[in-house]
Amino acid sequence: MREPGADVKYNIKDDDIIKGASFLTDDKIANVINEVIKNETGAKLRAYVDTCVHCGLCSEACHFYLSHDNDPAYSPAGKVKQTMGEMLKKNGNVGVEAIQRMSEIASTECNVCKRCSMFCPFGIDIAYIMLVVRRICNKLGISPKYIQDTENSHAATMNQMWVKEDEWVDTLQWQEEEAQGEIPTVRIPLEKEGAEIMYSVIGPEPKFRAQLIYQAAVIHKAAGVDWTMPATPGWDNSDMAMYTGNNEIMGRVKKAHYEAAMRLKVKKIVMGECGHAFRSVYDMGNRWLGWKMPPIPMIHAIEFYADLIRDGKLKIKKKYEPPVTLHDPCNVVRGRGLHEKARYIVSQTCENFIEMTPNREHNYCCSAGGGVINCGPPYTKTRVEGNKVKAEQLFRTKTKGAKTIIAPCHNCHGGIEDIVEYNGLHMDIKFFGDILYEIIEKPE
Amino acid sequence: MHTIYNFVSGPLVWASFIIFIGGTIYKLFNMGFLVKKKDVAVYAYASPYFGFRSIFRWLVPFSTLNMRKRPLLTVVSFVFHICVLALPIFVLGHISLINESWNIRWPHLPDPVSDAMTIIVIASCIFFVVRRKVMPEVKFLTETSDYLILAMVAAPFITGTWAYNQFAGYKIATILHMLSGEILLAAIPFTRLSHMIFYPFTRGYMGSEFGAVRHVRDW
Repeated sequence: MREPGADVKYNIKDDDIIKGASFLTDDKIANVINEVIKNETGAKLRAYVDTCVHCGLCSEACHFYLSHDNDPAYSPAGKVKQTMGEMLKKNGNVGVEAIQRMSEIASTECNVCKRCSMFCPFGIDIAYIMLVVRRICNKLGISPKYIQDTENSHAATMNQMWVKEDEWVDTLQWQEEEAQGEIPTVRIPLEKEGAEIMYSVIGPEPKFRAQLIYQAAVIHKAAGVDWTMPATPGWDNSDMAMYTGNNEIMGRVKKAHYEAAMRLKVKKIVMGECGHAFRSVYDMGNRWLGWKMPPIPMIHAIEFYADLIRDGKLKIKKKYEPPVTLHDPCNVVRGRGLHEKARYIVSQTCENFIEMTPNREHNYCCSAGGGVINCGPPYTKTRVEGNKVKAEQLFRTKTKGAKTIIAPCHNCHGGIEDIVEYNGLHMDIKFFGDILYEIIEKPE
Repeated sequence: MHTIYNFVSGPLVWASFIIFIGGTIYKLFNMGFLVKKKDVAVYAYASPYFGFRSIFRWLVPFSTLNMRKRPLLTVVSFVFHICVLALPIFVLGHISLINESWNIRWPHLPDPVSDAMTIIVIASCIFFVVRRKVMPEVKFLTETSDYLILAMVAAPFITGTWAYNQFAGYKIATILHMLSGEILLAAIPFTRLSHMIFYPFTRGYMGSEFGAVRHVRDW
């Protein structure tokens, strides 16, 4: 049996994990581990650790485990054993090399997708344990480089992609002008106090998927939505600090977001098609700030689009023809139960729908979520090869005729794109926004 | 022999029940206070409806995806747990002893049924040991304590059937039976056997989170 942490030389791929570790001593590591465990964890961690009977039933929940030919080191409980288990057993005295590997395991080999909690008879929240491990590593300065950079960006600019305030406004105006080339009456209303909704997006949208903002403007115009976007920091709903474990910054970012909506006196926030941002605004950020539920109603694009279609506000010109399949993103399906609403949109907008299996709350994760794609190029292979099972699932769906994958989440989108390309699956990947933009009756 | 017999069948019984009940209450209060001190949100999100929905769902065989994926384990686990919990309460020998002491009694299991259940428990323990030895994902997680726990569970049943069938040395077996049962009982709150105590809470909390906040099933 492989004994984790003992005399194994790991090939750590990440610059920051290597460099950060050069500042660490065994004492410092032990101190930080014990400090976090003593001050920040309590009954939940204790109960989870004491209750786990080492049955291994969580294994088959994990795409990393399944994709590595059932290698137990990738099973959810296996990952806990190699990280938190070691920390607890050795009272924090794990040493520099082991903590580097723990940072990799927690940050790049687990998407905190919570599928395993649905396989564990005791409902043990392994994602929570992994996030505690990430927080310890973050405090030790050995979070993977790329995601650490996005955290720094959040801290400095309140958005994920180092977008400056004027660049943000500039991008919106640019997209407004582009859209007006097609439909002259389209607007992207900035800072409209008292609007019905504040539409918020993630940093990568203005940075490299700006056409999504264009499309959203057209959809909102077509549906006659009274909307606005803030011109100040707080427009970005994304949150990689939540995934590095820097909860303090997560709290600041979420506060700016809620406050932007309050300042604009909107009735609710509608967010674009992103999963992790939803988790952070709906589930984790609010808790850190002491709100049981978000202080202002907040809905995901899936719910928003489903309502617009149900209320007859969006008219469908002609349904989308190529056969589609739907990828259920963990953070809005296991995180908010939006799977049936997503299927309602598909039924109203697409001619042919082919289910992938497993689906709904049992869907396999994309392996990009939970901040893993944000750990950047050193770990692209880790997540793509660590999700062979997704490629097989997509391939099975393709053989049934599916040509387009709808992935209503940015991280899923990116992750599945890589999986499709790496495995030569030749399938299109679309957001609901892409489909709606293509098929709705557009205003003059 | 008689002194030992009197000791294990008298004071030690009391001691083990006191440790079991006291330990359980202590563990629950301890955890309850720890939740209040450190994870107070657990109380805020606890939802009786969704909590119990999840607890009961996971108590029904084949009602969750994972149970359907592993039919053999599902059957063994359920049968094993039912036998382990029911047998000590409904076996004739135990009821007779209580009847002698306090003059109260309740229906007992027919002897052949008790015999069969004992064998099921022992066989299940062997099954779990084999599983730990053979299946890589379980082997990877297994520690010595996991085998010890299985041994602790199996011991009272092995010695029980030994004593009841009056095999050679059954007098010693009777004493060992009582002793191992007492050890098992006393160990529940302080080992991973405490999953018996904490199951409703961990499961119920996950059910609350999934049901009330995430609006999705957790099975």
